[in-house]
Amino acid sequence: MNNRVPILKVDNFWLVTIEETLHDQSVIEFKEDLLHNITRDAGAGLVIDISALEVVDSFVTRVLMEISRLAGLLGLPFVLTGINPAVAITLTEMGLDLQGMATALNLQKGLDMLKGRARGEPK
Amino acid sequence: MTSVQTLPITSEYDIITARQAARELARQIGFNTVDQVRIATAVSELTRNVVLYAGSGKVDIEAVAEEERQGIVITVSDRGPGIADIELALRDGYSTSNGLGAGLSGAKRLMDTFDIESRAGRGTTIRIGKWKHWK
Ligand SMILES: Nc1ncnc2c1ncn2[C@@H]1O[C@H](COP(=O)(O)OP(=O)(O)OP(=O)(O)O)[C@@H](O)[C@H]1O
Ligand SMILES: [Mg+2]
Repeated sequence: MNNRVPILKVDNFWLVTIEETLHDQSVIEFKEDLLHNITRDAGAGLVIDISALEVVDSFVTRVLMEISRLAGLLGLPFVLTGINPAVAITLTEMGLDLQGMATALNLQKGLDMLKGRARGEPK
Repeated sequence: MTSVQTLPITSEYDIITARQAARELARQIGFNTVDQVRIATAVSELTRNVVLYAGSGKVDIEAVAEEERQGIVITVSDRGPGIADIELALRDGYSTSNGLGAGLSGAKRLMDTFDIESRAGRGTTIRIGKWKHWK
């Protein structure tokens, strides 16, 4: 596999920053790589930052939903961060809501959210 | 501004090239950022459908001006299997590929105009357009 998206584990949290526009095959490779990692060793949470994505279409949305669903099954808290406002408006108009996914402004805020949750603080 | 930019669609890489070209032209025409993203996303949906269902095709991207208003028209066409039931294909959630079935209906909602012509066995042509300062 030649996944171009770095998947990091820091303090038991999976952190992913999608840094560039990805063609479909890279999106699939990224997803498989990530799912492989989190099923072997769930950790305390997962943050995926998509602030670099200028376009989020139905294909990418479906992949994010799949990741979210699997994280849910594994009991792995997941936060999606950095959705740019134009992307959010576009998704809403297309009728694609990110089905109850937790979101935060940026990677740091997403991580803070998960750390708070790991300590049992209210959301 | 009457020149038409024609780009081939033969692989998933061309999806990115096409939507970036559409976005760039939209920016030059003066569409705001949200409209640029709407247009690029609609192009992403339609060109991915070409790759997925027809294998290859092309996209024409064009700036248009009419009386006082300016806009963009994008035509995505292929000679693939065509769409037998257009009404069904446009329904939210309808997909023959395990997709979300949000591509055609989404593209339609994001744009001001959406015209589709398709014949089984002959191919599909979809023309989408947006005017500046609408919506
Ligand atoms: N260019 C085309 N040629 C042939 N059939 C098409 C074409 N575009 C769309 N279709 C048909 O219309 C259906 C609906 O398309 P639409 O883009 O809305 O959803 P999808 O591609 O299945 O899923 P999504 O786009 O949400 O990932 C497709 O599943 C396919 O059967
Ligand atoms: Mg589609």
